[in-house]
Amino acid sequence: MIKNAYTREKLAFSILFLSTLVVVLPVILILIYIIYQGWHAISWDFLTQMPKRGMREGGIFPAIVGTLWLVLGTLIFALPLGVLSAIYLSEYAKDNFLTRAVKLAIINLAGVPSVVYGLFGLGIFVIFLKFGASILAGSLTLAIMVLPIIITTTREALDSVPQSFRQVSLSLGVSKWETIRRVVLPHALPGILTGMILAVSRAAGETAPILFTVAAFYLPRLPKSIFDQAMALPYHLYVISTQVPNIKLEIRYGTALVLLMIVLSLNLVAILVRAQFRKKRKW
Amino acid sequence: MNPIIQTRNLNLFYGTFQALHDISIDIESKMITSIIGPSGCGKSTLLRVFNRMNDLLEDVKVEGGVFIDAKNIYEPGVDLVELRKKVGMVFQRPNPFPLSVAENVLFSVKIHRTAAFKEYGDILEQSLRAVDLWDILKDKLKTSALNLTLEQQQRLCIARLLPVKPDILLMDEPCSALDPIATAHIEELMDQLKVNYTIVIVTHNMQQAARVSDRSAYLYLGDLIEYDSTEKMFTIPKDRRTEEYLAGKFG
Repeated sequence: MIKNAYTREKLAFSILFLSTLVVVLPVILILIYIIYQGWHAISWDFLTQMPKRGMREGGIFPAIVGTLWLVLGTLIFALPLGVLSAIYLSEYAKDNFLTRAVKLAIINLAGVPSVVYGLFGLGIFVIFLKFGASILAGSLTLAIMVLPIIITTTREALDSVPQSFRQVSLSLGVSKWETIRRVVLPHALPGILTGMILAVSRAAGETAPILFTVAAFYLPRLPKSIFDQAMALPYHLYVISTQVPNIKLEIRYGTALVLLMIVLSLNLVAILVRAQFRKKRKW
Repeated sequence: MNPIIQTRNLNLFYGTFQALHDISIDIESKMITSIIGPSGCGKSTLLRVFNRMNDLLEDVKVEGGVFIDAKNIYEPGVDLVELRKKVGMVFQRPNPFPLSVAENVLFSVKIHRTAAFKEYGDILEQSLRAVDLWDILKDKLKTSALNLTLEQQQRLCIARLLPVKPDILLMDEPCSALDPIATAHIEELMDQLKVNYTIVIVTHNMQQAARVSDRSAYLYLGDLIEYDSTEKMFTIPKDRRTEEYLAGKFG
């Protein structure tokens, strides 16, 4: 037992610092490794050309486009639905057994393995609703997967808006809905954007949900409509890493790097927007 | 006598706890009425009956009649939006929105769309003049309201009410977060405002009640013990309990 308070303080600090270092280090190493291995492959042609010779040459343009389509489609479905239901749950629903059960179910949904969502999407959207393997089916599947993230973060954002703001607004004769729209939502926006960032990252990066619902093995043309199949970066990466022999290592890492950059730059945009809002409304 | 707020046999329950017992009170128009009493005796609860802010809490039950301009505000079908436009409220802690001074004052105007854009400047000036902030803030209308002193913030909160054109201002211990000088300023302001508004103020500061109010109501454990002109009540209280409270024997 160490008696000296000063020594114990130092020890606690060292342990906490080391733990953080251990957490951060792998992230940095992964980044450095992928950039180091992949940046040779990055070129204008790589980003804008169709894949050639069974994906062993050419670019990854259709996979980039496909992933962007899927992210966009996911947000179109998931963002309004998630935010609106979060508003209902946080602001309107009475705190009773049913509401608590719904909230618990939503939290648990976030823990469902993504391949289960993939199978669900295959059953509902691809087969039952006859969308076929398509951008529509893939987006809907991804949307259902990210809904719990959006709902949970939106609810946290709404709950963090001080109760006094609502009271003042109501006491000024503003209706409840107008209070939510004009007072609560603007102040919750940064938090909602955080949820969106997480949702985008997840939707862009997941392989399993798109495996059965949209992703094409090899499709060297761009999708023409939302009912088309499309290539997508995570699945493409899986394919060229495990399914096609004799592919140059740098093409694999180049693809991984592009996926990483898309996710990071989408996040960066959202973070900048969020910072802008935070600067305007701070309390 | 011209009562604007009247309650008749008002009982209020939080779940099974009865917070107000059989309260019948007439509050006079264009006067300052103070509600005094020890903490937890139902002062704020009574105040929040008048604009139905108690409705926000779950499990609140109100019995009896509450009439504003002779209309029962607890009748089914009462428009809370209209009621709260008529009965404005100032809270204990100054609570401006984290927006600019101008946006705070114009908050209700923009939502209720009660004025055209070109009138905004006039409304802003009138409202800020009414609370003596115009000369200090006319060049700082775009600064965040949170940069103001607490006294200025509380004045701004009063100014924010005025464009709604209320008849009644409810003030829930409006000076408890302020220092004595700021308190004196707000009290002066209340005196100016009473020309145009009926003011009901909750305070546990007896001196404040004596200084500002025309009539005082003494509330103890949810009962209305005494209600009279402030002068009478503070010089010759009728009830022994009022006398003891005013003499500082408890509370």
